[in-house]
Amino acid sequence: MLAINNIEVVYDRVILVLKGVSIDVGDGAITTLLGANGAGKTTTLKAISGVLRSERGEVTKGTVQLADRRIDGMRAHDVTRLGLVQVFEGRRVFENLTTEENLVAGGHVQTTPTVKQGIDLVYSYFPRLKERRNQVSGYLSGGEQQMLAIGRALMSQPKVVLLDEPSLGLAPMLVEEIFGIVGRLVKQEKLSVLLVEQNATMALAVADHGYVMENGRIVLEGPAEKLRTNSDIKEFYLGLNDGGARKSYRDTKHYKRRKRWLS
Amino acid sequence: MREDLEFAFALLMSGASIGLMYSLIALGFVLVYKATDAINFAQGEFVMLAGMIVVTVLGFQSPLIAAIAVVVMVMIGFGFGLEKVVLRPLLGRPVVAVIMATIGVAAVLRGWGPLVLGIETRALPLPIGDEPIHLGPATLPPIQALGAVVAVLFFVVFSWFFKKSRMGVAMRAVADNQQVAQAMGINVERYFALAWAMAGIVSALGGVIWGSMLGVDVQLALVGLKVFPVVILGGLDSIGGALIGGLIIGIVESLAAGYLDPYVGGGTKDFAPYVLMILVLMIRPYGIFGRRQIERV
Repeated sequence: MLAINNIEVVYDRVILVLKGVSIDVGDGAITTLLGANGAGKTTTLKAISGVLRSERGEVTKGTVQLADRRIDGMRAHDVTRLGLVQVFEGRRVFENLTTEENLVAGGHVQTTPTVKQGIDLVYSYFPRLKERRNQVSGYLSGGEQQMLAIGRALMSQPKVVLLDEPSLGLAPMLVEEIFGIVGRLVKQEKLSVLLVEQNATMALAVADHGYVMENGRIVLEGPAEKLRTNSDIKEFYLGLNDGGARKSYRDTKHYKRRKRWLS
Repeated sequence: MREDLEFAFALLMSGASIGLMYSLIALGFVLVYKATDAINFAQGEFVMLAGMIVVTVLGFQSPLIAAIAVVVMVMIGFGFGLEKVVLRPLLGRPVVAVIMATIGVAAVLRGWGPLVLGIETRALPLPIGDEPIHLGPATLPPIQALGAVVAVLFFVVFSWFFKKSRMGVAMRAVADNQQVAQAMGINVERYFALAWAMAGIVSALGGVIWGSMLGVDVQLALVGLKVFPVVILGGLDSIGGALIGGLIIGIVESLAAGYLDPYVGGGTKDFAPYVLMILVLMIRPYGIFGRRQIERV
């Protein structure tokens, strides 16, 4: 559905942030992109959605293909029109607009009847948003804002959704609820999702395929179940030792043993 | 005692109607600031330009309605053009760059306007007669009454636009967060241009009304200065604030002229709004209705 081929991203014309990243997002599947802070995950998403431009970043090499169209170098609002939408890290709802106005703005590329249907659809997945429909979204709780951010993205009737850390700052129960809804969305609305996460346990539990990024490069990839059993992933992202038991940090000076795939 | 009250009432009414006319001009400023975060120092010059265009078109013996249609079209085009030529290249630059650019535009308009469209003071007659309108004990010149009505009309239309129409909601989304708005498929630059065009429409009507009241020449641009106390009082990004701010400034001016001038010999009207502005800046810097950052706890 979405294919990223060997892209390089440069900020301010000098800072090379992505050094040849290739990712394949399967049709109707969840693909996850893991990695530490600063690995380049969010930059990858922004490069795909086209908002990179407003941050003085640029895709200098490689291609991004949505279905059969090249979308690298396109402007963000045109990319959204083609059916790819990004949900930003940290929710980023339009704080001064009400819940429902947020959804209306999210459906900007659609016709008015489609927007009305879209609002009903979003409320059916997130009934809590319906209760808060006329509330100014800046005052919603973190979980509600995350639901709104996802719902707002759905309003453009996308085929591909880029989801940037939906678990950020949320209670574990809420994270589970939101991931559950995302899973249902993928199945029922035939979405393809590229999920960026720090919460590797959760991400690998819902994803079909995974990539691990470090320092602007993909260092590991494979089906999610394979990654779950990979001993390095287990140790560094899931916090388990080889036997599968929870690792005790008393046993090792783990920071010394922190493995880098690149050096 | 009764006479005192009547005097106060008359001052209030006259202040309120003038205030609404200030609001009208402030509205143009707020529209631009709300959508694009640009502070438009050329708002007064927009009004002056509009007034000059109207009297020039009227000079060709065309009917008033045609002149108003022309000035509205020209000012819309002017707004679009200005955004495209001057402001778009400054996207993403510091706010100061945009401020300087609008000051530059203001200077250019003040220079070229009279040069091209005529320097002498010209009258802009509107077919509304000279009979003052009686409101109880107060009387209003018809132009002030008309100005107040037009201002209120604009506020109703724009409030509807921002609250109910999809375009208006999109525009508020752009104002809220440009990057996210972009990702939602909103063409941000197009909405910037739209905001400037809307400021153009408001200025066109402002030019007709203020031009008719004061006469049209370069001095007309000075009404733009009154925009600042109004918007700072009401809140830079609040449409309702522009309305209330204008009313308050108009009334303060009128009361100052009525009650303080006899003691100091005149002129308080001209600085009273600015004293109020400084007070507001100290006590409530985001204005009465301006938005503070929402903080959740």
